[in-house]
Amino acid sequence: MKIIVSIKQVPARDSQLKIAASGKWIEESDLAYEINEPDAYALEAGLQLKEKHGGEVIALCAGPARAASTIREALAKGADRAIHVDENMGALDPLDAAKLLAAAVRGESADLILTGLQSDDLGYGQTGVILAELLGLPHGTIIMEVEVREGGIRVKRELEDGWFQHVEMPLPALLTIQSGISKLRYATLMGIKKAKSKEIRRVTSSELKLEPSPATAVLERVHLPERTKRTQLFEGSPKEAAAQLVEKLKFEARVI
Amino acid sequence: MSAVLAVLEQRGGAWNRMSFETLAAAQQIAREMGGTAGAAVLGKGVDALTGELAAKHLEKVYAVEHDLLENYTPDAYSAALRQLVEQAKPTVVLFPHTYQVRDFMPKLATSLGKVAVSDAIAHRVDGGALMLVRQLFQGKVNADMRFTGDGPHFASLQAGAYRADQVAEGSAAVEKFAPALSAGDIRTRPLELFRESERAVDLGAAEIIVSVGRGIKEADNIPLVEKLAKALGAELAASRPICDAGWLPMERQVGSSGQTVAPKMYLAVGISGAIQHLVGMKGSRVVVAINKDPNAPIFEVADYGIVGDLFQVVPELIAEIEKRKSS
Repeated sequence: MKIIVSIKQVPARDSQLKIAASGKWIEESDLAYEINEPDAYALEAGLQLKEKHGGEVIALCAGPARAASTIREALAKGADRAIHVDENMGALDPLDAAKLLAAAVRGESADLILTGLQSDDLGYGQTGVILAELLGLPHGTIIMEVEVREGGIRVKRELEDGWFQHVEMPLPALLTIQSGISKLRYATLMGIKKAKSKEIRRVTSSELKLEPSPATAVLERVHLPERTKRTQLFEGSPKEAAAQLVEKLKFEARVI
Repeated sequence: MSAVLAVLEQRGGAWNRMSFETLAAAQQIAREMGGTAGAAVLGKGVDALTGELAAKHLEKVYAVEHDLLENYTPDAYSAALRQLVEQAKPTVVLFPHTYQVRDFMPKLATSLGKVAVSDAIAHRVDGGALMLVRQLFQGKVNADMRFTGDGPHFASLQAGAYRADQVAEGSAAVEKFAPALSAGDIRTRPLELFRESERAVDLGAAEIIVSVGRGIKEADNIPLVEKLAKALGAELAASRPICDAGWLPMERQVGSSGQTVAPKMYLAVGISGAIQHLVGMKGSRVVVAINKDPNAPIFEVADYGIVGDLFQVVPELIAEIEKRKSS
């Protein structure tokens, strides 16, 4: 089974973000980056499927030079090779992002493409579904389990309010994987060593010869959210803060 | 004239609770754009639902019916809506940001060469153009998105961003729309829906909820928040990562994939407040947050807060509550 896992590199979860002078994106220079957590679960799902059914896992990542560290991590965890679409993604919309990814993988003829259910930076939750549409593949989103069967796969989809559903579809297909469905593996020392000799195919958007598509939804400005509520913060030692909080909850909010 | 179409969600003849929020948004945006609002419902046999919509202030209600729309598939929904949009020519098409909409809206928009603005939280009409606000970086940053060029423009709206009780009553003409669908074009086969366990805990009825998130670090620390919940006579709840890790059962999860709660007090311990969590609890009367990160989005919705190490603050809080009880 040939599996492509699309992963993204995003600012680390606890980053303190500043708005860039342009007002159109964040200040990227001082940030630490890591793999988009939902994509880490997609990679894990891909590696487990390979262990069970054999084949190959290819990590696909679009991002600037710094994305190499996330690609190395995927290779160290067990991906066999990688495709790096060397492009500064920034606030690129999900249609343009998916067009880059589609162009980069079209020649691979993978059986399955996996990705996380959304990115922790832009959070559109659309790239996977758009990629499926551009490649003409059936898809499933927010997938908890993948079972390979005669003629295709059977997946377990999560719905809202504690409901689930099984869906069958033929291969090739694209799935977005729900976060938290399994324990993530760590890269082993051996894995890290092996990763150094694994193939990374670099492509750029000019090599992919993409027609620029007219933007239909333009990001005009990014800004820090205005506080809708004024939070009363209690300071001092933990003991003092706790005492003040309980006082307020009892006599002001009257909830205890 | 611009027309705003709300595509409402139903399953087995019952509305998704977010549908009427989208309807209210469509009416409001249409009014501000100087246009009309309409609604569409997809399924097989949706008369009872469209009958209900006939008493709302809408230009038109579309009953999009076909045998192949009885059970949701992205292929059938996307094809049916594409045909409806091509005929009705709305300027803006709005959806509730549900798991189902996430499954087909990007496909529909892509098939028409458009980018959908997903999970919007607010709007503004500016010189006749619609601007939507959406959250980036798990709610730490907002972005203003402006639609450009001709419609249809697609957007989904976050749960709770608009109020269902603001739907304007009136009357609407119901029109049947029969899309041309063929079973051979539907590539996925949906099977029965199921639940894994009966829900034993109804967090919706709790007056006080103590909820715990990633900040608790490991399963061995859960008793600390259990003790706090006990001191307050509260139900214990959690954000998704805690339930995924198996530290608390899934039935105690609050958020878009768990329960929606609105207690008298919601005390969030070590919860950063990702959007998916906030939509499940922001209706709480009083929100208290204890978190080490002063910029955590949970403080956007908190009335009271302590910025600090929960492992130091929570024991003091328990002691203080116990002291007040005995005095």
